[in-house]
Order: sequence, then C-alpha cells, then structure tokens
Amino acid sequence: MGFFLTIVVMVAVLALVWRYLGSYMVSVYEGRVRWLGFVERPLYRVMGLDPEAEQSWRRYATALVVFSMVAILLTYVLLRLQAHLPLNPQHQAAVGPALSFNTAVSFVTNTNWQNYSGESTMSYLSQMVALAVQNFLSASVGIAVAIALIRGFARRGSSTIGNFWVDLVRGTIYILLPVSFVFALIFVSQGAVQTLSGVANIHNHLTGVHQAIPRGPIASQEVIKQFGTNGGGFFNANSAHPFENPNGITNLLEILLILAIPVALTYTFGKMVGSVRQGVAVLTVMTILFGGWLGITAAAEHSPNPAVAAAGMVHQSSGNTVGKETRFGDTTSALFNVTSTQTSTGSVNSSADSYNALGGMGLLAGMMQGDITPGGVGSGLYTILLSAIIAVFIGGLMIGRTPEYLGKKIQAREVKLAALGVLVMPVTVLVLTGIGVAVHAGTSVTGNNGPHGFSEILYAFTSQANNNGSAFAGLSSNTPFYNILGGVAMLLGRFFIIIPVLALAGSLAGKQLVPSSAGTFRTDTPLFVGLLIGVILIVGGLTFFPALSLGPVVEQLSHGKLY
Amino acid sequence: MRGPAEGRNPEGSDLLVDTPPGDHSTRSGVATQRGLFDPEIVGPALSGAVRKLDPRVQVRNPVMFVVLIGTVVTLVEAIPHPSIFTWGVFIWLLLTVLFANFAEAMAEGRGKAQADSLRRMRTETDARRLGAGGAEEMVPAAELAKGDCVVCEAGDVIPSDGEIIEGVASVDESAITGESAPVIRESGGDRSAVTGGTTVLSDRIVVRITAEQGHTFLDRMIGLVEGASRQKTPNEIALTILLAALTIIFLPVVVVLEPFAHYANGSVQVVSLIALLVALIPTTIGALLSAIGIAGMDRLVQRNVLAMSGRAVEAAGDVSTLLLDKTGTITLGNRMAAAFLPVGGASEESLADAAQLASLADETPEGRSVVVLAKERFDIRARDLSGDYDFVPFSAQTRMSGLDIDGRRIRKGAAEAVRRWVREQGGTVPANLAEVVERTAKAGSTPLVVADGPNVLGVIELKDVVKSGIAERFQQLRAIGIRTVMITGDNPLTAAAIASEAGVDDYLAEATPEAKMALIKEEQEGGKLVAMTGDGTNDAPALAQADVGVAMNTGTMAAKEAGNMVDLDSNPTKLIDIVEIGKQLLITRGALTTFSIANDVAKYFAIIPALFAATYPQLGTLNIMRLHSPHSAILSAVIFNALVIVALIPLALRGVRYRPSGAAAILRRNVLIYGVGGIIVPFIGIKAIDLILTATGLY
Repeated sequence: MGFFLTIVVMVAVLALVWRYLGSYMVSVYEGRVRWLGFVERPLYRVMGLDPEAEQSWRRYATALVVFSMVAILLTYVLLRLQAHLPLNPQHQAAVGPALSFNTAVSFVTNTNWQNYSGESTMSYLSQMVALAVQNFLSASVGIAVAIALIRGFARRGSSTIGNFWVDLVRGTIYILLPVSFVFALIFVSQGAVQTLSGVANIHNHLTGVHQAIPRGPIASQEVIKQFGTNGGGFFNANSAHPFENPNGITNLLEILLILAIPVALTYTFGKMVGSVRQGVAVLTVMTILFGGWLGITAAAEHSPNPAVAAAGMVHQSSGNTVGKETRFGDTTSALFNVTSTQTSTGSVNSSADSYNALGGMGLLAGMMQGDITPGGVGSGLYTILLSAIIAVFIGGLMIGRTPEYLGKKIQAREVKLAALGVLVMPVTVLVLTGIGVAVHAGTSVTGNNGPHGFSEILYAFTSQANNNGSAFAGLSSNTPFYNILGGVAMLLGRFFIIIPVLALAGSLAGKQLVPSSAGTFRTDTPLFVGLLIGVILIVGGLTFFPALSLGPVVEQLSHGKLY
Repeated sequence: MRGPAEGRNPEGSDLLVDTPPGDHSTRSGVATQRGLFDPEIVGPALSGAVRKLDPRVQVRNPVMFVVLIGTVVTLVEAIPHPSIFTWGVFIWLLLTVLFANFAEAMAEGRGKAQADSLRRMRTETDARRLGAGGAEEMVPAAELAKGDCVVCEAGDVIPSDGEIIEGVASVDESAITGESAPVIRESGGDRSAVTGGTTVLSDRIVVRITAEQGHTFLDRMIGLVEGASRQKTPNEIALTILLAALTIIFLPVVVVLEPFAHYANGSVQVVSLIALLVALIPTTIGALLSAIGIAGMDRLVQRNVLAMSGRAVEAAGDVSTLLLDKTGTITLGNRMAAAFLPVGGASEESLADAAQLASLADETPEGRSVVVLAKERFDIRARDLSGDYDFVPFSAQTRMSGLDIDGRRIRKGAAEAVRRWVREQGGTVPANLAEVVERTAKAGSTPLVVADGPNVLGVIELKDVVKSGIAERFQQLRAIGIRTVMITGDNPLTAAAIASEAGVDDYLAEATPEAKMALIKEEQEGGKLVAMTGDGTNDAPALAQADVGVAMNTGTMAAKEAGNMVDLDSNPTKLIDIVEIGKQLLITRGALTTFSIANDVAKYFAIIPALFAATYPQLGTLNIMRLHSPHSAILSAVIFNALVIVALIPLALRGVRYRPSGAAAILRRNVLIYGVGGIIVPFIGIKAIDLILTATGLY
C-alpha cells in the first residue's frame, strides 16, 4: 500500500476508533460496563475491595506507587530466577542484576527500553509472566492516571478522584485484554508465530548450513506491545522481524493499535468534561504536531543516504533504504517509527540509527516534546494537559482574568504542579546526558564518535526519561552504567510526572466551576490550538535547542546544507 | 438606602462614563498627576536602584537573584582574565540588575511621592477633648484614644477619624479627595463619619474618635500608596512560580553545555555560559513583575480609589457580575421634568404655565426642572410676582405643593392627593387622568398631577434621566462577559423601564439590604465574582460579602471598613474603571511574560553558533543574523536583554493598552503583538546592537 493511501486508511479507521473506543472507555471508567462482571466481582472480593469506595489523590497515588514498586520487585525476582523456573526450553541463564533492574523498571514504567536481545536472554516464562503481564498492567496504570486527571476537571468540590484498584482492574479486563485476545488471533492468521516450543533447528542439506531459529509465544505479546504503547519486542529486531510483523497488513494494524487508545482518550476526555470539542482541540494539537514531524522524517527518509552516496557504493534510485525492510519501504517505515516514537511506544520496524540526520531528529524531537503527540496510553493525554495548563495560564493572563481551564481556576498550586511535571523530563534528560558524555563509562560504548555518538547518548536518555523505549541503536548500553542511570531516568520520568498529575487532579476536583461567559478564555478554538502548539514548540525547543544543535544539526550540516 | 450621589453636582458624576482608563482629570489631593519620568521620582529611583543590590532584597525575586549571582561570577572570572569581552559582559549584567531595581524603584517612587503629600496633612494639631463634666481641655492629637470625644469648630482640623455625635457642619475634604466643594456632615444616619486631617468650615460638631492612633484612615492610606504593606497577589505568586520553573529548566540547559563541549573536544568560556543563562531566563518579566503590580495599585490611586489589598484589584479583573445602584450610577440621580401631558380639555401650554407657577418656589432639582422645561417648551419666563401671593410648601400630610395667587389655587402633587383635593372642592376629575397617570408610571417615570382650583390640567412627567453613554458602557461590559445588575428601591415597573433604557442585563427592584445580600450569595454560589458599591451602614454586610466592595468616601465608617476599596470621589460609576484596571494589570503581566519567553528564540540563534564557533564552524549556518564575531554576538544578546527592560518600563508602569472586547479578540491581539512580535523584535535589536559594536572596532 502506498504511503498516502496508508495515511488515508489510517485516518478513516482512527476516526471510528476515536468515537467508539472513546465513548466505550467513558462507560468503562464510569462503571457502566459490566459484561465481564463474573471476572470483575470475584477479583474485587479477592482484593478485599469495595468498588464504590473512592480515594483521595494521596491515597490514589500511594496505591499506584506501592503497586508499581511491588511490580518492579516481582519482575526483578522473576528475571533473576528464570534459570530455575519452568518454560525455559533454551535454558536461558539468570539475567544479571543491573540488567534485571533496568528491565524491571523499564516494563513497569511502560518504557520497554531493552538492553538485551529477547531471543537470547529471556525464557518464555520471563517473556510471558514478567514482561507481558507488565505490558498490560503498566498500560492500565497509565490510562488510570489520565482518567483520574479528567475526573479532576469534571468534578466539583470533590475530595476524591476515583479508586486506583478499580480503575486498574477495569482498564485491564474491559479494554486491554479483550482487544489483545482478538488481535492476537488475527496476527496468528497473518503468520505471526505463537508457540511454546523452543528453537526450530533447520539443516539445509543443499548448502550444509545449520540454522537455529528462535520462536516463542510471539503473537500474543505483539498485540499488547503496540496496543499498550509498550514497545518491548520479543526479538531484538522488534517489529522488523517477520515473526512479529509478517506483512503490510500487520504493519498497518500495528500502527493503528499503537494510536488507538492515545487518540481515543481525547474523546473520553471531552465527553467526561462535558464538551467533546475540548477533546477535539487537544487531538488537533496532537495531529498537527504529529503530521509535522512525520512530514520531516518521511521527507528526510525519502531522500538518499549521504553516507552511502559519499562511499559511492550504490546508485540510490529511491530514498534511504539503509536499515529498512524492503517489505515496508522508506516512507511507510518512517510512518511506523514516527508513530512509535511519538506515542512513547518505542517499537521499531527499521533502524533509527541508519536514518538520515533530519529523519532521526524527527524521531528525537517527538520525544523531546514530552511524548504527547498523541503520546503513550494515558501518559500522552495527562502530559499534554500539563502543557495546556501552562498555555492557559499565560493566555488567561493576557485576557485579563485569573486563568481558568474547563471552568477550573488555574492558580499557584496548579501552576506549581504543572510546571513540576513539565520540567522533570528535560532536566532528567539534560543532566543524565551531561553525565553520559562526561564520563568514560558513557562515551566508551557509543557506536560512533563525534555528533552521531552524542546523538546516541542523548537519544538513549531522552527515550528512557520519556518512558518511550525507542532505541537509536549504535549504543551498547547493556553496561552497569547505562542500566542503572537509565533505570533512574525511567523512574523519574514516570513517577515524578504521575505524582504531580494526581496532585493536580486532587486540587482541581476540589474546586468549584466558574461559569463561562464572553470574557472566558475558550479552549476549544483554533486560537487555543495555536497557542498550545506554540507553547509546546517554544518550551520544548528552547530546552533542547543546544542539545539538538550539537547532535543531529551539526551532523546534518557536516553533510552539507541543513535542508 | 440612599442614592450615593446626593448633594453632588450631577454632571460631575458623569465625568468618568466616557473616559477610558489611563486618562485622568487633573485634580489635587491624593491623585497627584505626574509624568512618567518626573525628575522628582527618577532621581531617588536611581539611587534606590543601587541600594536594592542588597542580596537580601534580590533573593525575593528568584529570576533576578540568578542574574545577580551570574554577575558576581562574571566579575570573579573577569578579574583574572581581563578582556573587553569579559568586562563588557560583567558591566551589562550588572546593568540588567540595576535596570530591574530601577523599574521597581520608579514604581515605588510614584507611591512615595503621594504618601509624602498625605503625610504633610498629618501635622501635629491640638484637639479640644471633652472631659467627663463637659469641660474642654487641649491635648495633642496624638494622645487621643478611641472613644474620646472632641469638639471641632469652624477652622479646626479634625484630629482623627470619628463619628459626629452632635451637630452638623460643612467639611472641606479636599485634602483627601481633591474635591474642592465642601460636604455636609451631620450626626446620625449615613453621613456622620469624618476623617482625620479634614477641616471644618462652618458650625460646631462633637466627634467621638473611632480609630486608634496610627490606625486612622490617613495612616492606612499612606501605608497603601507607599506599598509598605504590599503582598504578592495570587496571580503574581502563580506567575513567580512559573518563572522560577523556567529558570530551573534553563539552569541544566546551560550547565550541561560544558560537558557537551568537552565531549566535542572543545571548550566554552564560563562568562559565555552565564551570558547565555541570563539571556534565556525570563529576565524581562522577572525585572518588571513587581513594578507592574505596584503601578497597578498606583493607577487606582491616580483615579482616587484606594484598594486595601492587591488581591482586591486582581479580583476586580475577574468580576463577572456588577451590582450597580441605580441612582448616581445609572441615572443622574435627580428626576427631571420631561413632558407635560394635558388631560380633559386643558391645553399643553396652560398646563405648563400652571406647572411653572406651582414650582416657582420649589427649590428641589425636580421643581427647578419644571420651571426650565416650561421655559424651553413655551418660552414661559420666570415672571414678576407682583400681586398677592402665597407659597404652599410640600408637606407629608397633603403630599402637594403649590401657589395661591390672585385667588387662583394651583397645586401639583401625587395623583391620589391631587384627585382628593379636587373632589373636596367639588371639581370633577377628567376621565383620562387615570389612564395618563398609569401610562407614565409604566414608562418608568413619576407622574405629578397639576390642578388649578377644581380643574385638573394634566400631568407632569418626571423622568429619572439615564446618564449619557452608560448604555454603550454596559454593551462593552457585556462584550467582555460581565453581567450588570441594577439595584433600585423603585417598584418593579419603574425599575424594568429604566433597566431597559440603560441596557442593564438584570435588575433588583424594591431592593432591601437583605435582598442585595441574597443576590450576591446566589451569584457567588454559581462561581461568579461580584463587585458592588455602597455607602450606608446597612450596605456593610453586602460590601463585606462581595468579592470587590467599593465603599464611597462619603459613606459611613462601617461601610468603609467592610469594603475592600474606597472611592474618594464617591463616584459609583468608577466601579467599571476599577474592573478595567484589574484586567489591565493581569494583561500586562501575561503580555510581558509572553514577550520574555518569545525573545529567547533569537537569543539562541545569536549565542549557540557563537559558543561553538571554534568546535563546530559548520554551526555558523545557524548564525542567521550574520553577527560579526562570537564575542560581539554574545554581548549583543546580553545588551539587548538589558536594554529591553528599560524600554519596557513605561509599558510596565502605564499598563498594556486595554480595549474592552471579547476574550478571543484580546488574546489574538496580544499574542500577535507580544508573542509574534516578541520573536521578531530581538532579531532586529540584536543585529542593530551588533552593527554598533562592530562599528566601535573593539570586537
């Protein structure tokens, strides 16, 4: 399918998903969906939970953090002990402590940064119980936080923002599990592999070559990897591997699965705050920025690779095909990678390291914006709403009123929390990159020197601090230094945004609604869309301008012109 | 409740209706009009700018504190590595801090000048204190305690705030209000409060002191205009947090450039990094933020309004419902004769003639307006009353007034009273009188019936005249989303008629203090902020409940204590100006914040290629302004950053221009000017400074 036809199909399908999955999620989180009540009710009983009892933001946040920490610990223990546990046909050894820490944090924070090759490191049990389970739960946690924030906007004078455990259960069993189940079957029908048998050993009698081909429960993991915007592949090659992503149809389905929840959540948001237009405004901002970065990356990848041209190796009739699957082609590969980096998924179907400098920057820039276009499940919405609060504050002042968003006054406490949530990511990225380029442990494992090596380190920390997981490749980051620093980046990028967001939800929920009038700053208009885009681009641009200048921009300029 | 504008020149209250904020009528008193760069203020402000370099002062402003630290570090670097560049950066960073201090000192200076003129009024006077037995003793005013009674006679300065318990006097309050016309103060009722520092012009009064020394109205005013008791307002705090957050983000952005450069086998000068940091953090708004706040309060004082807190000024910008008293705010406050409506067989002229006769002795504004109308309509001039005549004054029993002349008995009065009087004389009441009276009342006017002996001649229509321009003003308020509610003691019929003529959104007829209070609470429960004016003691609870309560200076102490603003002119229309000043304050902050952040884009294009000129010459492509050299580029950005503060001081003090219109229109305009403009202006400015620096040949 051609690039533009793919876009058309994508937009058409997503429009339906937006409307129907969006309103389905409203029903799920408002407790009106009961068709799996026979699973849900016993679960609450086992957990000793009253589904009607709501929590204050502090209790909600405490429950979330405790749950996540326990999940990290369990995942860590499973990985360390995998050699002694069943479902390990290839007899994989225990995963090392630093790598286990990094991986456990990575999957629980919905990052799925992988400092390992799945096929040569993980047992089937680790893949299924340690990693895939967290793919579901971390996604459900992300959506729950977004819903809690939406409730903050929608409620008035309320001291509670919902119940974490109930939100976690509902998101998992009503949204993530059913869709993953159905689509796993579709993927299998398209040729994705699903088996518990070990490596397939093939001996080619003609050539005399012996091949050991890794297999495993792949299809079931592939769907949630995309649908939950996790991105951690079964194989090191991720979605470029034909067992994960067999053909053009699955490639398109993967793109749609990635975008489904982040896009639909804007409908959920609009519906729950009482004006779908508000959700449309947010979605418009996401779409415009997404389109912009896609345009840059696709255009860059549709151009020849200057390094190849310089070597005079091949005549390049089409775009930059280095590191790309011929099944997908240059622009559709770019579409996949842009989709996955702008959603904090991080799965890839082509090697980002081999992208042209500006193409790579398109991927990087999406993340530097904070992964909000449309961002990860839940995290995309709640992070963009932080920027929206900053935009509303500045814009609101400019019309001469105490700024308000969706009828809630934005005052010192809201600004403080939103600013905190916005500054955690850039500060983490910059400080850790600064350390990374300053110490030998950081610079000794880059694949290249100079600006490209710089980009590799910058990309690694940008990806992890955004809970994205996309890897630039080139950086051999399975070292204690990168495992531990990366783990810290992921923890900061996850919980130091979630906690301010929940505090914000609590603060907003307690407020009364200011009725709107002609003097109210409207947030469902093109003007606001423009303002929010401006704030996102300028704040993100100002933060990362020097770093981008010293990485991709210098590299591009070394090859000639900037554009 | 009383009409608040009573006893004042009705044209005077009209003064502000068509005046946009920013224009001031010249007057003395508190609101001394001063030019923006009055040498009397600039002088002390210059020395104040240096004095404010004290780190203990600077630390209150996180953005400028970072600049101060950067300046010190630059100095430490410049001493061992002296060069035109390092010292140049040091000097301009120091100037950046000084310019910020200067802006604040300028804003404070304007208040101080006003405080000084107030302090001069608080001269040491002696007071005639009444002893227990009624004997007077002379004591210094400073020794008066709350509850003491003092005597003031013509020529005495009232020693302290108090309440008249005996007597009536005319008082010159011009020292406080700037209004030269004396006002009447009398014991009992809503006009019993007197203010320390004002002068008794006639008669003798006994005043019970109601304020402790040091806590009088005058003392509070001095504190307010000086900004001594200034606290950051809620939106200012929120903005300070945002600015601090931006500063925190830029700190690592700049610091990590050192390892980044090192990785690229290059190095960057510490001075250059500090220059970049100062250029990036929002110094423009950081430098001007407190000046904007002080100047906003000052603009209110310029209009003779004293706000008890900055919070109240900010709340004024948020107000969504205005409660306006009809009399004095919406109408001129005096009913005026508007038409003669004859009944029966009488002609209009004979009615006018009789009406004028009946009003000749009537010295009320209503009476005078009848004389004037008759003159205007039929050229009936004030006549020579040569014959035998006798004025009949108005009494509460007859509810009529008039004139007996040459055997004619002419009366005007309430319809019912005149009708009864005519019947008593055996006359008949024309059939259409009742209809005319009712029609007049329905139109919101007051009908006065005129009779000549037993003959009813017709009706004088007395109209409450709506101020010119007020309907347009309400239209503007509606456009900015503010609902106006007219408060009146009139009956619902009259109220509805005036409400529709004035174009208010709603009205509260037959208003009682309780009804007013209930209305405020109802609006507030819906999340709205309410502003109102009031002057009577019975207004006090509502003034306290309202988010913005403006007490008239002519009002009682209780009202002044309950409200959070006092209007020294006692002009209720000013409420609208107060709202606009509140909005202007916020807009100025928002606009300069946007401008400050937008400026950073150009600064990056100046400094980043300069920083890495040696390491990555190819980054020269980003030097889109084609600046001369790395040093001139960095210095130009720093100089621009400092000069823009000075350039914006007038804007900060005067406030961004505010035109009442819808939120979207205002936002579009300001985003265009301060956002887009803020991106473009520094490109031009930095390039210009670079050209000048290059011309000097030093860089």
